[in-house]
Amino acid sequence: MTALVELEKVTKRYGTHAAVDDLTLEFGAGQCIALVGHNGAGKTTLIKLMLGLTHPTSGRVRVLGVDPLSGAGQRARLQIGYLPENVAFPASLTGLEMLRFYGRLKRRPRAECEDLLVQVGLMGAAHKRIGTYSKGMRQRLGLAQALLGAPRLLFLDEPTTGLDPFLRQSFYDIVAGLRGRGVTTVLSSHALSELETRVDKIVVLHEGTQLVAGTLDTLRNLARLPTIFRLRLRNGLAGKVPAIFEGLAAGSVAADGAIELSCTADRKIEVLRRAQGIEGLDDIEILSPSLDQLYASFLQDRRVAP
Amino acid sequence: MRNLLIIADKEIRDGLRNRWIVATTLLLAALALTLTFLGSVPTGTVGASRLAVTVVSLSSLTIFLVPLIALLLAYDAVVGEFDRGTLLLLLSYPVARWQVVIGKFLGHLAILAFATAVGYGAAAGALLVADGHVAGLATFARMIGSSILLGAVFVAIGYLISAIVRDRGLAGGFAIGVWLLFVLIYDMALLGLLVVDKGRTISAGMLDALLLLNPADAFRVLNLTGSGGVSQFAGMAGLSEDAGLSPAVLVSALLLWTVLPLGGAALALGRRQL
Repeated sequence: MTALVELEKVTKRYGTHAAVDDLTLEFGAGQCIALVGHNGAGKTTLIKLMLGLTHPTSGRVRVLGVDPLSGAGQRARLQIGYLPENVAFPASLTGLEMLRFYGRLKRRPRAECEDLLVQVGLMGAAHKRIGTYSKGMRQRLGLAQALLGAPRLLFLDEPTTGLDPFLRQSFYDIVAGLRGRGVTTVLSSHALSELETRVDKIVVLHEGTQLVAGTLDTLRNLARLPTIFRLRLRNGLAGKVPAIFEGLAAGSVAADGAIELSCTADRKIEVLRRAQGIEGLDDIEILSPSLDQLYASFLQDRRVAP
Repeated sequence: MRNLLIIADKEIRDGLRNRWIVATTLLLAALALTLTFLGSVPTGTVGASRLAVTVVSLSSLTIFLVPLIALLLAYDAVVGEFDRGTLLLLLSYPVARWQVVIGKFLGHLAILAFATAVGYGAAAGALLVADGHVAGLATFARMIGSSILLGAVFVAIGYLISAIVRDRGLAGGFAIGVWLLFVLIYDMALLGLLVVDKGRTISAGMLDALLLLNPADAFRVLNLTGSGGVSQFAGMAGLSEDAGLSPAVLVSALLLWTVLPLGGAALALGRRQL
């Protein structure tokens, strides 16, 4: 399968500042990709480059097989959906009017607009002015317009900011449904923890360059962050690290009396096996390094290369 | 073409919702009616057509008000959407940047045309009812048409400002500056120049050129020297004899004053970094 998005040595400078610096990337069909990085890491600029909203200073961008800045690129936008960061709409129009406007630009019928409003749970407010909408409602209207025309490629820039946990869940349900239909989704986020189980590939950006890319497992292996075990033992044994873990994992006693063992990923199973043999074991908690921790560790040690 | 109409339609809808259309129509109608009935009091029954007098007073009203309304409608068109972030989303759709400029222009022009035609039309209608005769109606229609054209010029200039400037406040300032320049300062400067010069170096041809360089003056000459009756009332008979400017030349100048800034605006948006 050919790549839907290809970037080859792409650099984008604003003045002397390189927002994207010599970046080479490839996204395949049906993938869900997360662009991760702090503010100013180049996520939004990267999305703008892929949408053809801005020119690369050097390098080559190909989206759906064409240059997004060309006439063909403009036609290709019929198959692309985009939800900008802090999406804004004219306050005086109603939700349905707004969606109808965008629907017309993509040559989509009214029925599809209404279906999408139902899908994002806004049908009840379809005839209310957007000025009266809450942040969450505007964000959902933004998602609805991005889904117009059943796009093959979806760019979502910080899609879950301002959504409450329930809406985040329904948002990711919609994204999961899209992945099932073969839609390629590129989303950028700081909310790393909520991405973990939901994306195929994570691209960590820092100062316009790719720090590291891969699945969550690949990232974990690269970062070599320890897995933490928390063992809770019955009374008499608490407060002392069992000798069986010597040489396998570093042990310590936490403030609440639980025993904490820290080991590398490849020793995980062995630690688990031995822990099972301990008498008086009440509970085991296994803490794999979170994406937040991975990200912090990649930033700390930038020599880690993919 | 369809994209242009979609964008224009949205602009008109927006104008209806935020009361721009209602407000400008009512303003123009109220001022036009006031001028029509108060302005014709001193002429009594001596003059010929009251409509001709009305054309003169409405033309002067147009020169002050229509450019101001047009610039206020237009200065925010690009820079405002850019600031609010709506432009970014719009340009991610399958539309070209020039289509956004032209589409919005058509929408704003439609708003202005509606307000002018209905507002001034109300004055003509009221006179028709009061006097029961229709002399000079063609002149009146031409005045409305050229008012809309003058509006188009200043909407286009407003767009050019809006597409170049990076900041809404600055764009507003430039818009007011343009209005002051073309509507007030230019004429005063020109008058001063003519008085000082006493016809020594400035030929009739040069004066024509200077009049064409200001769209407001082109509009004034077009309307106030149009027909004999009107130019007498306007006190422009002298100028109209000297000026070698045919209506075709004047209309072409106004069209050029529309097309060039609008093209510049489309070009500027095309180059703008988002």
